Amino acid sequence: MSKVYNLKREVEKPPRLTGGHRLCAGCGAGVVVAGVLRALNKEDRAVVVNATGCVEVSTFMYPYTAYTDSFIHSAFENAAATCSGVEAAYKALQRRGKVNGVVKFITFAGDGGTYDIGFQSLSGAMERGHDMVYVCYDNEAYMNTGIQRSSSTPRFARTTTSPVGSAGQGKPQNKKDITEIMVAHHIPYVAQTAPLGNFKDLHIKSHKAIYTEGPCFLNILSPCPRGWDYPASKLAEITRLAVETCVWPLFEVEEGIWRLSYIPKKKLPVEEFLRPQGRFRHMFLKGNEWMIETAQAYVDEKWERLLERTGA
Amino acid sequence: MIRAKDINEHTPWQDLTPGGEIYEPGTARAFNTGTWRTHTPVFHADACKHCMLCVPFCPDSAIPVKDGKRLDFDYMHCKGCGICEDVCPFPAITMVAGGVPK
Repeated sequence: MSKVYNLKREVEKPPRLTGGHRLCAGCGAGVVVAGVLRALNKEDRAVVVNATGCVEVSTFMYPYTAYTDSFIHSAFENAAATCSGVEAAYKALQRRGKVNGVVKFITFAGDGGTYDIGFQSLSGAMERGHDMVYVCYDNEAYMNTGIQRSSSTPRFARTTTSPVGSAGQGKPQNKKDITEIMVAHHIPYVAQTAPLGNFKDLHIKSHKAIYTEGPCFLNILSPCPRGWDYPASKLAEITRLAVETCVWPLFEVEEGIWRLSYIPKKKLPVEEFLRPQGRFRHMFLKGNEWMIETAQAYVDEKWERLLERTGA
Repeated sequence: MIRAKDINEHTPWQDLTPGGEIYEPGTARAFNTGTWRTHTPVFHADACKHCMLCVPFCPDSAIPVKDGKRLDFDYMHCKGCGICEDVCPFPAITMVAGGVPK
């Protein structure tokens, strides 16, 4: 990749995630996976590993693969271990001169496979220092099995296991901060991004993560029209609002140095992000104003801390 | 070796690839997801400025690009989500009800 990002040139590359996969119409994860793979140099090859999740069950249904690169199935809890094993095997064969050429190792996992079930194998692979990228497409719940809450689900969000009714008002806990946990692994590159505008942020971060030697981690917001309950056509708008309200800040941590990628000109109130989504509908009922205030206070506190960290 | 296109629900298990492996890339292209559409995008080439903003936003890689120009939709794979119409800054894409572009 030359230094300047050029959308026209990038979309000219043949897609590495083809059509014909069975992700829902308007799925954010399809956009994220295709976007990350687009950051590979055209001539390089990749091995893609998937943890159990929407992307795994939809992109690789025998005898159909939506990948033009090698792909390996994995279970929920061991995608990072599988990927690190393939990487180690490749390095060993390379030392013996049995394989050559650039091969990149990329794991895709949802938030369930990253924040919860796959967390130990992810932590292990990062600690061992394998040359791989772990990409979490964060859709904030177990969407594949029917929208159950995960530790990534934000507070107050309605899911089938954190329903709204007389006994409960959505998920009672806040979202786990996995990006910060990955920073604490002191790996070369950690970043948070989202499918936005001309995809410059997602592309540059993906390219950096893929071509930085050592373990790298990307957390990418991946709106889910079914689970978040918004019209499928509104992907770009929902992501934009997540970023403009600072609910999903864009930043990167390179060799321990924190850097903010984007500061909204005018930080929008968190309501703007919550309102279009059915999973937060109950927050707008009379008597529930405190929920919006609490959500706003939480976002403000996290944002202030991020500003401090990045020295912005 | 049996090819993906020759495998279907009537293929006896003895003929399947060992370990359920797939030896060809991108075989999903042969699968029609166009039948999922309840709404269909229509491309108006004369209004398109080829800014390409719609291309990376398509979850189904259903907007082909060739020589700096975006071409008409790949209706075999488009599921009709309407994101492209939403992100298009020009009147180059309109959604119509139903599964066919008319």
